[in-house]
Amino acid sequence: MIVELGHYALILACLLSFIQATFPLYGAQYNQGRLMALSSPAAYGQLFFVTISFASLMYAFVVSDFSVANVARNSHTLKPMLYKVSAVWGNHEGSILFWALILALYGALVAFFGRKLPKTLHVRVLAIQALVGLGFYLFLLLTSNPFERIFPFPMEGNGLNPLLQDPGLAFHPPLLYMGYVGLSVTFSFAVGALLEGRVDAAWARWVRPWTLLAWCFLTAGITLGSWWAYYELGWGGWWFWDPVENASFMPWLVATALLHSAIVVEKRDTLKSWTILLAIIAFSFSLLGTFIVRSGVLTSVHAFATDPERGVFILIFLFIVIGGSLLLFALRADKMTPGGLFAPISRESMLVINNLLLTVAAMVVMFGTLYPLLRDALTGDKITVGPPFFNIAFGLLMIPLLLVMGMGPSVSWKRADLRGISSRLSFVFAASVVMALALFYVTSGDNFMAAVWLGLGLWVLLSTLFEWADRVKLFKSGALKRVLRQPRASVGMTLGHIGFAIAVIGMAGTSFWSSEYQGIMGYGDKATIAGYELTLRNTDGIIGPNYTAIRAIFDVSKDGVELSPLMPEARVYQTPPMPTTEAAILSRFTGDLFVVIGETNSAEYDQWAVRLYYKPLQIWLWFGVAIMVLSGLISLSDRRFRMGTLKSRKNK
Amino acid sequence: MASKVTTRAGKRKKKRVYLVLTSMSILVLAVVLVLTALEDSISLFLDPTELVERNIPEGQRIRLGGLVVEDSFKKDPDGLTYFFDVTDGAETVSVSYKGSLPDLFREGQGVVLDGETTSSGLFHATEVLAKHDENYMPKEVMESLKKRGVYREVEEESI
Repeated sequence: MIVELGHYALILACLLSFIQATFPLYGAQYNQGRLMALSSPAAYGQLFFVTISFASLMYAFVVSDFSVANVARNSHTLKPMLYKVSAVWGNHEGSILFWALILALYGALVAFFGRKLPKTLHVRVLAIQALVGLGFYLFLLLTSNPFERIFPFPMEGNGLNPLLQDPGLAFHPPLLYMGYVGLSVTFSFAVGALLEGRVDAAWARWVRPWTLLAWCFLTAGITLGSWWAYYELGWGGWWFWDPVENASFMPWLVATALLHSAIVVEKRDTLKSWTILLAIIAFSFSLLGTFIVRSGVLTSVHAFATDPERGVFILIFLFIVIGGSLLLFALRADKMTPGGLFAPISRESMLVINNLLLTVAAMVVMFGTLYPLLRDALTGDKITVGPPFFNIAFGLLMIPLLLVMGMGPSVSWKRADLRGISSRLSFVFAASVVMALALFYVTSGDNFMAAVWLGLGLWVLLSTLFEWADRVKLFKSGALKRVLRQPRASVGMTLGHIGFAIAVIGMAGTSFWSSEYQGIMGYGDKATIAGYELTLRNTDGIIGPNYTAIRAIFDVSKDGVELSPLMPEARVYQTPPMPTTEAAILSRFTGDLFVVIGETNSAEYDQWAVRLYYKPLQIWLWFGVAIMVLSGLISLSDRRFRMGTLKSRKNK
Repeated sequence: MASKVTTRAGKRKKKRVYLVLTSMSILVLAVVLVLTALEDSISLFLDPTELVERNIPEGQRIRLGGLVVEDSFKKDPDGLTYFFDVTDGAETVSVSYKGSLPDLFREGQGVVLDGETTSSGLFHATEVLAKHDENYMPKEVMESLKKRGVYREVEEESI
């Protein structure tokens, strides 16, 4: 009964989104207040009904109602409660319903916080939001009904892929979706502004917090996924340039560009049509990401849902949304009056270069991701584009980006004095080069690229700190007061850049200096890696809630100092039957020691295949990204973005 | 546009030139990078029949996909090198692989290998691609098996 209620609520939400997308839009065009007044209540109603719908699906999972096909396929009575709940969004139908829920949530937030927006803009933004929602509701109802019943129903469910039964992955999709869908708000604002034919600083001040929010979620979500891959897949890799990873990375790149170009619109009233275009591209990549993951056009480790018919629906949907908004852009972009001028050496130019590099990088990633499809369609050859392509093409584009990133904050708006900047920063630059070369020398000069990337990371770190120290006049009296009085947005910028620099240093360390050891070990055998000595003490069998495992105990010591033992596991899950490895990781400031015990296809008794990895500076990567997310949140709390300031738009 | 250009419009034009030049150079850089990087990192997916037919030169990196032949799995005394055969029903290729096998490697199951052919005809795999679902048959392998007519419907994903 509750399941049917959920289905019914979904249909109601679909109808409401249709109302919200059509009548108020007409009302905005012909200035009919009563039609426009429908907009916000419809948005709240949508949220109400989708929540009911989602809650009833969750209920079916929690009580293991296997008469619902979706629950039978993806759940199991023995599964811990957390994974019963996370299984709701761990499958195709449930994840799309989850998309729709978040979309409705953002719609309601825009309805609420946008009350003070000019009425017609508010209504139009909500209409676009509802139009996207309508597409998702129809997709659910027509091709992927999560509430479908089966008869006769099974007594036990299929279970969830054990690799996905992990706290990291339970929260990875929600965060990622908050990010993906958050970009829908920016998109709606962009299309709304095109319909209005007006973009100004106030508009940018509106768009920026939503972009920032989406960006924070996207950053956290991508990293959580990467972290999961790192500790769960058992070979210490954290990024594989897998199509599914790329699918989330492309919107991130464009959202990062958008974040920066919106600053230019806000401060200098220029780059308007470019910003609008970026907002459209960013959300298009979000949809494309969903398409790549969910349609099964590209098979990969992550794509558990494969169904080409759904793909056709999404393709049409993509065509309407992306094609329609780009067409509108082409028709209306010339209405945007260009604003302030700027010289080739200015903050604006630096941000333009940032934007160009980031978008081109996103295009390169897109090319690498979709090229196998294109090639298959044209020649029938089945190919894969491997990580070296992305590492070279994407990596080299990041070098100028990092160089500009260090300079950017020191360059003033409108017109800057090149000589002044270079005299100020040349010392910092020289310092980072010297430090990189010293590192190159100390590490016996085995990897030049490592030195290049570390140098770039140091350059961004030092120049950001230098600019900050300069701005707050750190060495003059009253510095503390000035430090505390910095606007939150600029604190966010400084911290964000520092976080990124730390992450780059971590990436360089773990990518270029990793070492590994593979071998067969018996009890009492010793292995050494990166100065750590490991002794296999013992193994024992353990029984978990829905798996059995062999656990090995390694005694670890470094330089004669005994550390706490590491205990990797080789697990076998019962439903579905599948072996997995649980790595044991010792995380330290200088690097991670990563131990995996192999499955026991070893012929001899008590002989274990063991893999050891040493990942230098790995923790810097996670730590740096955490700072980036934090910086976004700090920036989000800036006074400028609070609602009261928007009244000024009317007074002007 | 009027023939008489005001200073502001002139500046705007100049600004555009800079912008166009920067974007062009970045794009050219990107295209060059893409083309050079692509050359070395594409690997062609082949099934055993295609591998035999196409006469792939030694040392060219390819991906080989097929079923692991039952009872073909052998282990070197060093404990880390494995030997097995991969088939598509028509042709069979012998494979050597040193490293750790992914969780789901089994005889009779689909597998995708990254590696190169050697002069002895042995396929030297450098990576066994991890496929993380009990029912999951790599898409390329499934298509190849269908083409060779050995694909059984029961193997299809239950979903």
